Amino acid sequence: MAVMSYIDAVTLALKEEMARDENVFVLGEDVGVRGGVFRATAGLIEEYGEHRVIDTPLTESAIAGVGIGAALYGMRPVVEMQFADFILPAVNQIISEAAKIRYRSNNDWSVPMTIRAPYGGGVHGALYHSQSIEAIFSNVPGLKVVMPSTPYDVKGLLKASIRDNDPVLFLEHKRAYRLIKGEVPEDDYTLPIGKADTKRDGDDVTVITYGLAVHFALQAAEKLEREGISTHILDLRTVYPLDQKAIIEAASKTGKVLLVTEDNKEGSIIGEVSAIIAENCLFDLDAPIRRLAGPDIPAMPYSPPMEKFFMINPEKIEHAIRELAEF
Amino acid sequence: MAKNRHQKLGLSDEAVLEMYETMLLARKIDERMWLLNRAGKIPFVISCQGQEAAQVGAAFALDRDKDYIAPYYRDMGMVLAFGMTAKDLMLSGFAKAEDPNSGGRQMPGHFGQKKNRIMTQSSPVTTQVAHAVGAALAGRMKGDNITCLTTFGEGSSNQGDFHESANFAGVHKLPVIFMCENNKYAISVPVSKQLACEKVSDRAIGYGMFGKTVDGNDPLAVFEAVNEAVERGRKGEGPSLIETVSYRLTPHSSDDDDRAYRSREEVEEAKKKDGVLTFAAYLKEVGLLDDEKEKELNKKIADIINEATDYAESAPYAEPESALKYVYEE
Repeated sequence: MAVMSYIDAVTLALKEEMARDENVFVLGEDVGVRGGVFRATAGLIEEYGEHRVIDTPLTESAIAGVGIGAALYGMRPVVEMQFADFILPAVNQIISEAAKIRYRSNNDWSVPMTIRAPYGGGVHGALYHSQSIEAIFSNVPGLKVVMPSTPYDVKGLLKASIRDNDPVLFLEHKRAYRLIKGEVPEDDYTLPIGKADTKRDGDDVTVITYGLAVHFALQAAEKLEREGISTHILDLRTVYPLDQKAIIEAASKTGKVLLVTEDNKEGSIIGEVSAIIAENCLFDLDAPIRRLAGPDIPAMPYSPPMEKFFMINPEKIEHAIRELAEF
Repeated sequence: MAKNRHQKLGLSDEAVLEMYETMLLARKIDERMWLLNRAGKIPFVISCQGQEAAQVGAAFALDRDKDYIAPYYRDMGMVLAFGMTAKDLMLSGFAKAEDPNSGGRQMPGHFGQKKNRIMTQSSPVTTQVAHAVGAALAGRMKGDNITCLTTFGEGSSNQGDFHESANFAGVHKLPVIFMCENNKYAISVPVSKQLACEKVSDRAIGYGMFGKTVDGNDPLAVFEAVNEAVERGRKGEGPSLIETVSYRLTPHSSDDDDRAYRSREEVEEAKKKDGVLTFAAYLKEVGLLDDEKEKELNKKIADIINEATDYAESAPYAEPESALKYVYEE
């Protein structure tokens, strides 16, 4: 099995899906000749030509809207938002249009479109190249929001997103792009959207998280193991709609739950996860649900010490797990 | 006898009579919907009145077996020309389960019907314009040689989606027809407070496309302009921006009162140029229509609308719990 980086898994999934289905095409800013500002679409234009790898004008709303129109016609567009922070001009097209088209047409029309967007901090990207934007899209029925943490999950979930007959927002952690490496099978496989995944089995404390923080939690768990604290880690993988069954099982397993997100705390995904646990697991809990998140400030500052202050890291998670274990 | 204008456009006598019938059907369905609304039977109406000539003239210039339309909420004349029926529209008015647009989920005027290539629309304006560009792009990728026509009001021509979509289509030379139905009002705000340029079509040059303003009360003028735009698209010369100027004869919707912002004299003056009346006069002048035929036609249309209304009124609503269906593929 090949070991590859998170971003190479993105490129591989795109390549394989374009080879499999001629209706799959890519459009976005700099995705063609440049191969993407992060190089996620590198090599695609050489392989599939400029009619299937389309460099668009700087025009986020039209990138989403044109993708929707092509999907309505029967194509499977994969549109790229260059940074998740820049998706806001396209929100009307994504929320009012893509997410509602099947419902509002009573199942007559559908939008099999994938929207890829790099999100997340720790890359000196400051306020507008670091944001976590998933909460905006996570009370929008009709849309699915997928946030993989490993190269294996990236390939399987991106292929599943492209084959899905509904719109999927596929959020890629940009710090993970080259930091995270892992084994990726060469065969054609997909992973189910809407299913969380146990990344580590443990008995004392449950951590529920997603994206880059999964790796920070794994590092913390490794260290705590030596102190005799056993950590269970559930990776949400899809943050909308949530895998309620897996959340309830994971929370009930240890009775002590730490929820982690890199997003601002109030109104984030983990607030909803907390509500699911509160509704279903009252008598299984041995400690209050604990949330670890970014501070409630507008976004991540550029200055390295302030950026570090904002970001989740293994030490912060380790500290929170230890506190819960000792509760 | 007046000069025959339609022959030189390649339109048969039958075709122009069908155009008139479609315009009149749209007008009469719309009028019936207002009556039903005022009688408390349907909650909402948004009108096509005053724009039927532009809508039908444009639709007849397209290949109605192949081309796509991404209409806006006033386009009853256009969707009728594309195969939607009076019954379909009444089912939508009454929000009944059988409504092909949305199964009663959306307000009337939110058209969409896949089998007739009428792309689904929402209420936030101008979003459909980008969808038309996407359909044209997809059509070209699949080698289908189709045209996609999208419509919107002059108010919508100020939205970002208009600019982004027009520019995208211009850059990629896509066979899209951007048709602005300028009815002089965006709810209460007149065109003088909407546009700094003289004509919406003046904007075409910024997108590297052909632009033209025509009389929206004249279905033959609109047919000619759209027909030329179709040709340009098929020859690979890219999109066109066609502005059809007419007048919104009704308030914005059944919930609006236009006496607050425009004079009755202005409305009465506009009614003299009403395309439904002036096109009937043209057909009479060229000997295709007389009072007897007009009476028959009105009777035929009244019968169609009566039947559609009765059917829709007695048709069942969707089950309440069906509100849970079709969020995702099932």
